[in-house]
Amino acid sequence: MKNLYDVLIIGAGPGGALAARTAAEKGLSVCMIEKRPAIGTPVRCAEGVSKELLAQFVEVDPKWISTEIRGAKIVSPDGSEMYLNSEIAGNEVGYVLDRKMFDRELVWQAANAGAEVYVKTRAVDAIVENGIVCGANIETGGKIHEVRASVVIAADGVESKFARWCGVDTTVPVRELETCAQYLMTGIDIDPHTTVFYIGNEVSPEGYVWVFPKGDGTANVGMGMSGRKSGDGHRPIDYINKFVAEKFPDGKTIELIIGGVSVCRPLECTVADGLIIIGDAARVSDPITGGGIYNAMYTGSLAAEVAAECIAKKNCTKSALMRYDQEWRASRMGKALERNYIIKEIFVNMSDEKLNSILDSVSSINLQEFSTLTLIKELLKHNPRLLMDLAPLKKLFR
Amino acid sequence: MLKIRREVCGYCGACVSVCPEGALELVDAYLTVNENCLDCGICAKICPLGALEVKK
Repeated sequence: MKNLYDVLIIGAGPGGALAARTAAEKGLSVCMIEKRPAIGTPVRCAEGVSKELLAQFVEVDPKWISTEIRGAKIVSPDGSEMYLNSEIAGNEVGYVLDRKMFDRELVWQAANAGAEVYVKTRAVDAIVENGIVCGANIETGGKIHEVRASVVIAADGVESKFARWCGVDTTVPVRELETCAQYLMTGIDIDPHTTVFYIGNEVSPEGYVWVFPKGDGTANVGMGMSGRKSGDGHRPIDYINKFVAEKFPDGKTIELIIGGVSVCRPLECTVADGLIIIGDAARVSDPITGGGIYNAMYTGSLAAEVAAECIAKKNCTKSALMRYDQEWRASRMGKALERNYIIKEIFVNMSDEKLNSILDSVSSINLQEFSTLTLIKELLKHNPRLLMDLAPLKKLFR
Repeated sequence: MLKIRREVCGYCGACVSVCPEGALELVDAYLTVNENCLDCGICAKICPLGALEVKK
């Protein structure tokens, strides 16, 4: 490890890896550190991702695809089912990934592009001088190294500390932290190409239960709930145990996965002098689905592009790096985050009776595009009165 | 003070994100708490497994 780089990246998930790969391809010297001894593990994810979005950043390789998704099913609180199908029959809309392999592939690409990668290596503090982020103190093999960089990219996930050390408040409000537990189960009767979502207070207060297939008879079976609803005797582990005992009593659990995902608005500002914050650390996971793989990859890639530009101009101040913050907010992702936040706030406060009435209005929908917006638009066709609830979003539906 | 039950903790880091004081840190496969902890109990509430407990 050297003591000076163009870019230092804290965390080697999909966001960090895309930042590292992009920066290295642009000819920058890159150091990426990962506190865990292995890339991609332990998994903290339900592993679903949109096919179309993923293709923007990586060539699809069967070795990290667990299964292809062709449709979805939503089960309402009263047990009735609504099917979401792709407009074009036979067209896959998404994948369930094998994150252990996927993350490793992305880091391998970054390393191949020229980035240095260090595992079991973590930042213990930020180096901040005169308010400017200049690098990090990094511990590896029990020794602390001072590593400086023109730009530090904080890609340290939901448990991010780096931005906080730089003076950015990253605290997630307790009601907007979805606390989650998931089993990888096998020997269960599922459709290997359909994702299933269960909603309602009974199964998951202010969240949902998911069954994401991983192949024949195998799936990620998990649930997420608002932190404000969690407590002794009614935690994610309690809810998922109950769900599994009822739905898949004969299934075998081969992995326990737990974690938190933020469903708050993104950080107010995702740059500082010498610092860019990306992915879950920037709180850019989707407020409705909790999905964050693509958002991390997109912000990681953009962060590296902006860093390269600013380094070339020898100006990595907050105002120079602001282009990153402005660009992602104006992007399709940024707009979807804002819109989905508003939709989430409305649906989180709906009663089970109301959810039943909305979902029972239609049993099958053909979606042109698999997105929250197209789903909401379809639901509105069958529930014109829903528009009253969605008043804050009125202009989107004209 | 905050008690971390290591045999229950799944070191997922969810608690770190909600700590208003930045007192928690996930170091590889174990969780640490420092002197900034105010025993507010938010982390104990949201823990998916129930690994945290505020001992008054």
